[in-house]
Amino acid sequence: MELLIQAGIALAKILIVITVMLLTVSYLVYFERKISAWIQNRRGPNRVGWYGALQPFADVFKLLLKEDIVPSNANKFIHSLAPFITLFVSFATYAVIPFGPDIKLFGRTIQLALADVNIGVLYVLALTSLGVYGLTFAGWSSGSKYSLLGGIRSSAQMISYEVSMGFSIAGVILLSESLRPMAIVESQYGFMWNALIQPIGFITIVVSAFAETNRLPFDLPEAEPELVGGYHTEYSSMKFAGFFLAEYANMIIASAMIVTLYLGGWQFPYIDKFGLSMGLTAGIQVLSFLLKMALVLFFFIWVRWSIPRFRYDQLMNLGWKVMFPLSLLNLIWVAALIMIFNI
Amino acid sequence: MIEQYIPIFLVIGVSVVFSMAVIASSKLFGPQRPDSEKLSTYESGMKPVGGVRERISIKYYLVAMLFIVFDIEVIFVYPWGVEFKKLLGEQGISALVPMIIFLVVLELGYLYVYKKGGLKWD
Repeated sequence: MELLIQAGIALAKILIVITVMLLTVSYLVYFERKISAWIQNRRGPNRVGWYGALQPFADVFKLLLKEDIVPSNANKFIHSLAPFITLFVSFATYAVIPFGPDIKLFGRTIQLALADVNIGVLYVLALTSLGVYGLTFAGWSSGSKYSLLGGIRSSAQMISYEVSMGFSIAGVILLSESLRPMAIVESQYGFMWNALIQPIGFITIVVSAFAETNRLPFDLPEAEPELVGGYHTEYSSMKFAGFFLAEYANMIIASAMIVTLYLGGWQFPYIDKFGLSMGLTAGIQVLSFLLKMALVLFFFIWVRWSIPRFRYDQLMNLGWKVMFPLSLLNLIWVAALIMIFNI
Repeated sequence: MIEQYIPIFLVIGVSVVFSMAVIASSKLFGPQRPDSEKLSTYESGMKPVGGVRERISIKYYLVAMLFIVFDIEVIFVYPWGVEFKKLLGEQGISALVPMIIFLVVLELGYLYVYKKGGLKWD
């Protein structure tokens, strides 16, 4: 019985999170189009609904009603498997992201995270590594040169930046003494945010996050002038929508991870000293998590429309010759800080 | 202990169902009127020249190998990172020595690859 209740609570949390996430993904697309329009002095989508607010739904329905084309040159099974892997990975990663403190409801303690396991960080790293397969399969199976080049480029790029990402996360683990996301958040009490303690690690993880999510300035896999659509050139209908959804879902995960690891997670500095009621405190903390995430997402979009694309050799040089030594330096910096100041 | 992981399995189950539904819905609602021209590679663009499954530049393989070496290095750093403060309390400065030796050995390898031009991309 107890197990059933636990499973019921877990299922309810999952449904809420997935619904919220789908809404955020569709509105992230909308806001990206709006913000890019403002940056370029245009109006952006403004026809469907109030200020174009129903545009994401119109787009999804349009894609739903399009013909699904599988090129005769393609490997049919892997061609369908690739968007599945990409989507699955980006949704399953949400399981370990903490978005609030423990709350008490109807006499039981409920954690505001889908699951708080002691392998949380490893789980995220493992799943994001799986994401490479989706893009590589998509590129290989389409039977088109544009797709193949896009797929290979994206896999080489993602694995290059994964190394420096791993090292910058190691700096965080040194301070938190745990791989559990909740413990990492709690170790950043007050203004002990990792972004302030280890700024080098913060910079390397932000740059790696751009490369991992294939966003401009690192969107070489789908550089339009040379590779058309990159790995999703030969995709249409909901399979294309799957890649599109996954790209934005990955952006949300990347920002959630940056906030959790480096920007204090759901903590609002010294809120427990204000003497507010428990519900209000929890509410403010969840809101502060969402606000921090929104700021990081805005930064993602802002950079996309401000900085031109890198050349491929510059990208690989940056990854291996700059980011990798920097993230190593960060690790040594953190170890030295702990030894000298005993934090 | 194991019940901690129940939500993770549930999330994995829900995301498998959801992703399958998205992929399946592309066949369900749209029209299906394939013809040989429409199914050709890069339809409405130039006719592709040569085959697709050709050889790929060796550099990509080199990057993949380097990745394996250094990513495994990262995984070895994590357990040390989790225990670092405790080790520092017990052993003092010598908690750092084994990890420094490990990192130096690997960085020698990194410098070797660097000098040999393994990271050069042209």
